[in-house]
Amino acid sequence: MHELSLAQNIIEIVQDTIKGKNGVVVTEVAVDIGELVAVIPESLDFCFNALIEDTPLRGSRLKINIIPLRGNCSACGADFQIEHMAFSCPECESSAIQVNEGQELKISYLEVE
Amino acid sequence: MAIVTVERKILKKNDQIAGENREYFKKNGLFVINLLSSPGSGKTSLLEKTIAHADTKFNLAVIEGDVQTDRDAQRISKYNVPVVQIVTNGGCHLEAKLIQDALASIEMDGLQMLVIENVGNLVCPANYDLGEDKKIVLVSTTEGDDKPLKYPSMFRVAHLMIINKIDLLPYVEFDVSAVRENALKINPQLEIIETSCKTGDGLDRWIQWLTGHL
Repeated sequence: MHELSLAQNIIEIVQDTIKGKNGVVVTEVAVDIGELVAVIPESLDFCFNALIEDTPLRGSRLKINIIPLRGNCSACGADFQIEHMAFSCPECESSAIQVNEGQELKISYLEVE
Repeated sequence: MAIVTVERKILKKNDQIAGENREYFKKNGLFVINLLSSPGSGKTSLLEKTIAHADTKFNLAVIEGDVQTDRDAQRISKYNVPVVQIVTNGGCHLEAKLIQDALASIEMDGLQMLVIENVGNLVCPANYDLGEDKKIVLVSTTEGDDKPLKYPSMFRVAHLMIINKIDLLPYVEFDVSAVRENALKINPQLEIIETSCKTGDGLDRWIQWLTGHL
């Protein structure tokens, strides 16, 4: 899903984050991608590397963390991994669940020197 | 070596503009829906039937999104409804900025509702907030009844699923109870309405649903 424009957005956010921090060299960009989000990690990595080629970010690597879907149940309080896209509580079968993890599409941190 | 915490959403720019759109809609008292589906499920036909419905008194405007042509906008303009066509020239989804730009051409005075007909695509539009109140996903009976399982993200973010073309049920393998079960597995809170633009079945319920949100 638009790994190229996502890579562009990532680079813009990184550049914005290190703006004014002279002499800082980014070695790693850590991104969290939730299981539910349709992004292909290999594609994102490819696009990121292609785009940073002639920029100060050249040489930095993208670290992609895939975050599994996890939820908790408002009815019985259970905490669980959401498997096979079944969005209901595996303990009590209630549909009153909160999805806590697995929908992320964010940059979590940078590793710099 | 040091760690710099970022914790920023990659689509933050789009989300910010979507938030601006949402504020603008709220300021103007608009109910806004984002119509989503595969190509050919019947979004434009449903919109035509909605506008032409005998009991409809909606004062609405339409934003059409397509990769090419303004054919959908032309269909809508026959009903004397304000319509703006966004041609994405390859873009497979609408983004908040495109909507914000289109709003400049729409007179807000007296308007109750804005319908955004997204580009036909069950993947990407699910991730792009446009500032709408409700996302409505259409599935038609000529598609697979396992659509919700194949596109969980879309059915997860939708508020209402419309099962369209129910007049064709005698001629296709589509299992209505299966698509309902599959959709509710992904999104237990999903509302569901069955319609046929051809026969008019279910349209009253759809109009009622819209009226209830004004």
